[in-house]
Amino acid sequence: MEGIYQVMDTLLPFEAFQFTFMKNAFLAILLLTPLLGLLGSMAVNQQMAFFSDALGHSALTGIGLGIVLGMSSDLTAMLIFGIIWAILICVIKQTGAASADTVISVFSSTSIALGLVILSRGGGFAKYSSLLIGDVLAVTPTDLLWLVCALIAGIVLWMVMYNSLLLTSINPSLARSRGIHTRLSEMAFVVLVAVAVMLAIRWVGVMLINALLILPAAAGRNLARNSRQHALYSVLIALVCGIAGLLSAYAWDTSAGAAIVLYAAACYAVSLALRKVRRG
Amino acid sequence: MGEHACSLCHIGLENVSVVRGGQTLLHDVSMHIHCGQLTVLIGQNGAGKTTLIRALLGELPHGGEIRHLDGEGRDLPHLCTGYVPQHLQFDREMPVTVMDFMAAAFSRRPVWTGVSRKTKEAVLAALEDVEGKELASRPLGRCSGGEMQRVLLALALHPAPDLLVLDEPVSGVDQNGLKLFLDTVVRLKKSHHMAILLVSHDLRLVREYADHVVLLDKTVLCQGSAEQVFNTPEFDMVFGSGNGEEEG
Repeated sequence: MEGIYQVMDTLLPFEAFQFTFMKNAFLAILLLTPLLGLLGSMAVNQQMAFFSDALGHSALTGIGLGIVLGMSSDLTAMLIFGIIWAILICVIKQTGAASADTVISVFSSTSIALGLVILSRGGGFAKYSSLLIGDVLAVTPTDLLWLVCALIAGIVLWMVMYNSLLLTSINPSLARSRGIHTRLSEMAFVVLVAVAVMLAIRWVGVMLINALLILPAAAGRNLARNSRQHALYSVLIALVCGIAGLLSAYAWDTSAGAAIVLYAAACYAVSLALRKVRRG
Repeated sequence: MGEHACSLCHIGLENVSVVRGGQTLLHDVSMHIHCGQLTVLIGQNGAGKTTLIRALLGELPHGGEIRHLDGEGRDLPHLCTGYVPQHLQFDREMPVTVMDFMAAAFSRRPVWTGVSRKTKEAVLAALEDVEGKELASRPLGRCSGGEMQRVLLALALHPAPDLLVLDEPVSGVDQNGLKLFLDTVVRLKKSHHMAILLVSHDLRLVREYADHVVLLDKTVLCQGSAEQVFNTPEFDMVFGSGNGEEEG
């Protein structure tokens, strides 16, 4: 870690980066935003914005259950529960028992309620309120290691299954007729989103995590003409907003997650205007 | 009626049935889809045409047998099916070009990293085959119904299928677009010599293009040439008498 910090000191001789927590936060953003940008581009195309929102909410239940079951790590509890929750939503959606938004809504509200019941028992929810807003300055070197693993795994999976997912999102029957295991690729995708969301949630917060996934990709989509541009713009917008948000939060002494999301929202507004101009 | 003696391969359906949620959607469907022929499936909405296609594609569990046989009735190992769906329900604002869409199916390289020159050439050649080369750079969402059908056809022809399944759209494609599409299909039928199964709603075009017609209502009511089928009491019962003359 020391080596990396030294490199950062040389490359980023700014006042803000003299603190280790800022260095960690900066590294976390460098690792996390490209992953969210990439995943977001598919989530937006698959119209899964609501789904990832529900996933974010399930973090509350994850932590709650982790406490009830006496698990030592919040992150592990959230990851396990998030993955199970994602797969459950996916399976029920695939059986077609109810329309997707209804299924997701049921899961979303159930997980918030369950999480609140557990966490607010005995009137103690205040100590978990940081979970709602997140704190990007709380990133530890161990977290960074997790993030590196997630980013590598994410990109590898993204290389392997992107084409399958794209075809599935356009027409599942067509994809199946070409030998694509559509359920498996959808499942792998939601698990990947679940992992990314759970890793990010402690720094961005339950309330805003979805915006970080969806907004850069939605803005990128307004500007892009093809898949490559969509991925590229989403990642770039996520990265730039991430860094700008972190620095602004430092300067204004406010929540970094919220600042990042505001930048992303501004990007979205600009992209929408540009699209209107381009289309006449 | 209508069992063609063909020295070439065919796809044989024997007593195929599909039961879902306690409801019988199809029962005792027996028919042959011959190589080099355009077999057309007709019937009212809810007659089980789409169900039959989904069973053929292996998407629905079914009873009975679907076999791919050579001229002597021996089983052929693998049935490669090309499928042109009726309509694509997708987000039309998606930034995905026809090239992206086809490259995703043609190559393993994820299209978000770009499309290799080799894949690009293969896609353009495939599009040229269906007179749609100019569509390559078009966003998928901005293709008309007819253009989309040609793109899907180009995709369904690679890799070269033994059986091509075409689900004709009920709406969204004009008569000229449909004719252009069917002309292309007939040309491919001759040049590629594959079995083609078309679900059609346009009885006039069926009369013009079909080699073999199968009238379906949960099971095969009758089959044969268009002339034969259009003059059966079963046909009159399903479509009303005189309907084969005018429109569908």
